[in-house]
Amino acid sequence: MLGLIVEAIILGILTGGVYALMASGLTLVFGVMNIINVGQGALVILGAYLSYFLEQQLHIDLFLGLLLTMPFMFGLGLLIEFFFIRPIKRDRTMFSILVTFGVALIIEGILNIIFSANPVQLSAWYITASLPVGGFNLFNFHVGIFYLPFIYVFGFLLAVVLLGGLYLLVYRTKFGFALRASMQNRTAAELIGIDVERISAITFGIGIALAAAGGMAYGATNLFNAGSAYDLISRLLAIIIFGGMGSLSGALIASLGMLVIEDVTTVVWSPSWATTVFFILLVVILLLRPQGLLGKVEVRKQ
Amino acid sequence: MRMFKETSLIFSRQLDRVETLGRYTIVRRYGKMVGLLALLAIAIVFPLVFSNSEETGIALFALIFAAAVTGWNIFSGYTGYISLGHAAYFGTGAYALAIICQVWNVPAGYTPFLFVPVAGLVAAVLAVPVGWIALRVRRHTFVVITIAIFFIFQLLAINLTEQYTTTGSLNLPIPVDWTGDFYNIPFYYASLILLLVAIAISWWVRNSKYGLGLLAIRDDEDRALGLGVKTVPSKLAAFVISAFIVGMAGAIWAYYVFVIYPPTAFDATFDVAFVLMAFLGGVGTISGPILGALLLESTQQYFTSVLTQNGGYYLIAYGALFLAVILLLPRGIIPTLSERWARYQVSRHQSLQEHDAIVTALPTPDGVAENVERKEGINL
Repeated sequence: MLGLIVEAIILGILTGGVYALMASGLTLVFGVMNIINVGQGALVILGAYLSYFLEQQLHIDLFLGLLLTMPFMFGLGLLIEFFFIRPIKRDRTMFSILVTFGVALIIEGILNIIFSANPVQLSAWYITASLPVGGFNLFNFHVGIFYLPFIYVFGFLLAVVLLGGLYLLVYRTKFGFALRASMQNRTAAELIGIDVERISAITFGIGIALAAAGGMAYGATNLFNAGSAYDLISRLLAIIIFGGMGSLSGALIASLGMLVIEDVTTVVWSPSWATTVFFILLVVILLLRPQGLLGKVEVRKQ
Repeated sequence: MRMFKETSLIFSRQLDRVETLGRYTIVRRYGKMVGLLALLAIAIVFPLVFSNSEETGIALFALIFAAAVTGWNIFSGYTGYISLGHAAYFGTGAYALAIICQVWNVPAGYTPFLFVPVAGLVAAVLAVPVGWIALRVRRHTFVVITIAIFFIFQLLAINLTEQYTTTGSLNLPIPVDWTGDFYNIPFYYASLILLLVAIAISWWVRNSKYGLGLLAIRDDEDRALGLGVKTVPSKLAAFVISAFIVGMAGAIWAYYVFVIYPPTAFDATFDVAFVLMAFLGGVGTISGPILGALLLESTQQYFTSVLTQNGGYYLIAYGALFLAVILLLPRGIIPTLSERWARYQVSRHQSLQEHDAIVTALPTPDGVAENVERKEGINL
């Protein structure tokens, strides 16, 4: 039993990294632009389908394909920002939720027409081949050997690389300083000469490019169709509420926590209750800390 | 002396204005009443004229959604807390009626309609703890939490039905006596009655002191609290009332479709539909959500009957319409039109009395102005 739990925790951390990738885009965009991109789930699925298309039609390796899909999704993000987010003048947060929901519906419809509703999964050698893990002793308990498909490890490494890059971008570059300045105070940032509109557009693009990478890792480990977007967005929203909206480290902790809790519940109770347990935990957290784990308390808008 | 003269001049002009406006209001009030009665008469005779089951089917869906959106509007429209999770109560109402019918062996026919309010009550009771938790936060966090709670409901429905039935579906009694085109008629009138109840509640809330408190919360919650509006119980009560109405709509819907699955009863597109319909017609008005629902649900039903081969086109059309409404008409049909009408009235009035400089403000709905005074009298 303990072996199974350890296995579940390892698996949870590895997949949690991938969710952190998708959620960090969402929370970053919220932090800078004060908008909630409810279309993130659909965009993740779009990213997964792009990888699927490249792999099926052009036989490009999934990880190499990201070099094509991520810039493409970045561009798509700029377009969505320009055409749908920027025209919102009044009550941006509320209307952004509605607008991105509309965008998500359109994306879902297009994917349904092109790829049909039959679930697919990405394929590559590292998805089928497995890595033996375990065979060690932990606190006098023997953890048996179990097989972990390489993709979980690779996906986690991808997440580490991209999130590390994001960290460097946000905390070590001039763009990052401008970005954090816009996050802290939009008006003041504009006053000292930061082009907040441009920063916003680029941030939105980055958030969606991260969704593409997350989508590839998601599509490699799950069967998906266009309808999977709903399942994804509910989890991603839960993650960013749990971690505190606008907080990158909160999103990271919450994604790892969510997936570990889910996988452990699957082992000790039943798979069908796994997500429910997380959601119930979310409700408990909200009762104690309405702003989430690392979120800032909302102050009154003057 | 000069000052007095001026004041009296202004006063006489004011009187003038009051008289003319008074005549207008009387005409408008009667006109409104006649118009509403005419609309009601049209709604009542509609199935007798268009008795084809396809047409009544579309109409009854439109009525069910009009009632549900009116319910949604009582909470989200009046308080400004946009809920994207009200489909949870729609589904709860549907499941409640299905379970009631199974457990108590309710026969098919008119009896299940009697249990519709009970189903609504179940949704309302469930909404109490949910609202209590969700309403601890504001604005966008609230929206996101309602979405998350909706998915909790959906997951619970999936998991709990798995325990009891193997297929995951629940069946409601099918009225076999109602044959042919008559089948839709009882559902049509039941939905119409529900819509009337919903409108009555919505109208009452809008014109009561309680509703004024809700509107104050929408405009500035902290200030409302400071002025003595009990914000927390007010919001929670509105949430529960709206869940009650949405739950009843879900129950009638469930009886009509007679087999429900967790993904059809707890449907995320219903969440969007409520918001879209309300925004199309005008959030926070009484007639806006109804107009939005009638327009949108009937086109939607028509489209689904025409475009059956692939759901993708339907989703694209729906998403595009959604974007168009939000970006081009963010205030909705009714507020935009009524503002135009008010401007037209003012300009006409001004041209009638060219020298009158006083009439600059837009006419406000009489009921609201009355209430403001009454409220101030109590609070201060």
